[in-house]
Amino acid sequence: MEIRMNNAFEHPTYNYKVVRQFAIMTVVWGIVGMSCGLVIASQLVWPQLNLGLPWTSFGRLRPLHTNLVIFAFGGSALFATSYYVVQRTCQTRLWSDRLATFTFWGWQAVILSALITLPMGYTTTKEYAELEWPISLLLAVVWIAYAVVFLGTIKRRQTSHIYVANWFFAAFILTVAVLHIVNNAAIPVSAMHSISVYPGAIDAMTQWWYGHNAVGFFLTAGFLGMMYYFVPKQAERPVYSYRLSIVHFWALIMVYMWAGPHHLHYTALPNWTQSLGMVLSIILLAPSWGGMINGMMTLSGAWHKLRTDPTLRFLVVALSFYGMSTFEGPMMAVKTVNALSHYTDWTIGHVHSGALGWVAMITIGSLYHMVPRLVGETRMHSVRLIAVHFWLSTIGTVLYIAAMWVNGILQGLMWRAVNDDGTLMYSFMESVDASGPGYAVRMFGGLCWVIGMLIMAYNVAMTLRRQPVSAERPLPQTA
Amino acid sequence: MNSLWGNDLSGFWSAWIIVITLATIALSAWLLFANRRTDKQPDAEGRVTTTGHAADGIEEYDNPLPRWWFKLYVGTVLFALGYLALYPGLGNFAGLLGWSQEAQWEREVHQAEERYAPIFARYAERPIPELAGDTEAMQVGERLFLNNCAICHGSNARGGDGFPDLGDDAWLYGGKPQDIVTSITQGRSGAMPAWEHLGEETLVDVTQHVLSLSGKATDPARAEKGAETFTAMCASCHQPDGTGNPAMGAPDLTDDAWLYRGPDQSLEAAVFETLRNGRNGQMPAQVDYLGEDKVHLVAAYVYQLSRQAPESAD
Repeated sequence: MEIRMNNAFEHPTYNYKVVRQFAIMTVVWGIVGMSCGLVIASQLVWPQLNLGLPWTSFGRLRPLHTNLVIFAFGGSALFATSYYVVQRTCQTRLWSDRLATFTFWGWQAVILSALITLPMGYTTTKEYAELEWPISLLLAVVWIAYAVVFLGTIKRRQTSHIYVANWFFAAFILTVAVLHIVNNAAIPVSAMHSISVYPGAIDAMTQWWYGHNAVGFFLTAGFLGMMYYFVPKQAERPVYSYRLSIVHFWALIMVYMWAGPHHLHYTALPNWTQSLGMVLSIILLAPSWGGMINGMMTLSGAWHKLRTDPTLRFLVVALSFYGMSTFEGPMMAVKTVNALSHYTDWTIGHVHSGALGWVAMITIGSLYHMVPRLVGETRMHSVRLIAVHFWLSTIGTVLYIAAMWVNGILQGLMWRAVNDDGTLMYSFMESVDASGPGYAVRMFGGLCWVIGMLIMAYNVAMTLRRQPVSAERPLPQTA
Repeated sequence: MNSLWGNDLSGFWSAWIIVITLATIALSAWLLFANRRTDKQPDAEGRVTTTGHAADGIEEYDNPLPRWWFKLYVGTVLFALGYLALYPGLGNFAGLLGWSQEAQWEREVHQAEERYAPIFARYAERPIPELAGDTEAMQVGERLFLNNCAICHGSNARGGDGFPDLGDDAWLYGGKPQDIVTSITQGRSGAMPAWEHLGEETLVDVTQHVLSLSGKATDPARAEKGAETFTAMCASCHQPDGTGNPAMGAPDLTDDAWLYRGPDQSLEAAVFETLRNGRNGQMPAQVDYLGEDKVHLVAAYVYQLSRQAPESAD
């Protein structure tokens, strides 16, 4: 993919260069991260694909997949869109171009380090926080730089109000800094090994306080920021309710913080902690749906656009999956449901209805809106290819989550089935055998996603390669 | 835990948890009610006006909160308060139902014991060789085996590298019913010392000698040379003729059963590795998990495995 790094792309007022860099890397890491997911999904169908090598085994590639899709793909998307949105809604250039450039190269360095060290087996063993302490430190430095650039830009805004999208971006940036630093507190033992400062159940609780808020702030609040700009923009409609924004924003950031213990139901965590995690997860339903409602209702009066605009379709379907997974989440946080769903593929399906259906689809819709505007255009190279990508992503997501629902409930029921003599009816291996067809369907869903991302890469490359507007003539301010 | 106010946490931390929990729930409810009403009047189309500010061309309506959403929110808050009244959540307050996961677990285990223990007690009264011929008993034994033993010994009980094959006639600790019961009840710990300090040349000689005991030596001259070392160093456990000693789990070296051998490893390399590095075998004790009656039945299952006709051994 050859991208012209010509200054003619540069916007006269805004720093679009760093936005473009992050946008391109979003697509690149999307392909790499999802392909990695496809590989491990295939390993569950054909275990021989582990190749008998430690570096290519499921146990090492699985954290690589999660790090690549969450932090490389999702992270790059959040950097790109937050830098774009904060400049346009504050009508000012980024606070510091040099610091913004540092966040780009620093972030890529973190990801490259993950790409090397995770297959080598260096890991803290904390889920979504596997990177060892030197990389973890670099990540903290880059993140603080990001906070400075973003908040500095808001501070020097030319507008009286701070737009709602920026509330969500700011909350996401500040909270992720706190989560990352607290959960990764560790004592280094050697250059690539460290030990958590927290003991036993406290370590587990800290990890899932982090883990669930990585979902709540990185994968939800940040992407709601994206939603609040790109949905009204693409639909060309006002946001449905400012009032609803206020209520659901504050409720969301206040309540999410409590939900972590639902990952540790029926464990060594004290009873009271588990209960609080459960009831506050249930309260979280309404604040989560507030975001979905505000996005969906913004489309009233513009529904007909869905027929012709596949970008808007991406955004709307993303909101639907967001609504669905934020209903499923509180339900799975209920202890009796969790007793069935925990440790099964249902959890994997739930995560992916959020990760593919919500996070990836809102990102893709936003990029299809933003990428042409970075080169002074309003349309992608091919609208037809966006439509193809839309169907591949939607079908892929539905296949994926349906297969994992079936597998999850199957596993949960098989594990608890007992014979008349009280012995377990099925051995663990039998439940693995029974999951085979579901794994094949899931792999096919993942394949649809990878193909879609490759189509997107072509479409983005062709859009960015278009003959740029002459350098002497400033780009028109596109709506 | 049955008292209304337990003592898991100190008074301060208990109060702290109660206060911040209720304050968070109250604050989220206040947020909802404080923003419930809008003074803006809807226009002719039933829509309220915008807030008046625009960000990059995006305007915002000031629509009231959807009524059903408002009710949903209130409903979840009421559910939370009800749950926290009934179940442990607010610090040391145990909840009106006095429920705890430990009590639930104990109750369910107790119920299962009451229901299923008589079945296994009946099997425990019968001698192992008799149970081994009872098809129904062996079906139950197989289920116990699959869920408790198969993870190491394999679902077909044929073992693997470091895990004994239970379908052959070789027994490290003896194959009589009582030997098997003891192995399962107490577990076993087998230790073969490392002989690296004897030097590679000597170890190759001993390897050949060990192989010669079952007629597999590839270099008879070196096997001869290794005999002296074997007698001096190995015979105390494995016996001078290499037939082993079940009292200490020292394997019989004259048969064709080899406990430690990697999937792609030559027998020669496997024996050499054992001699050089030593081995440590651990069979965990099962009586605390299964109880004596189930151990008796699963011992019968293991007992009959090596007595099956060859074609039925999978």
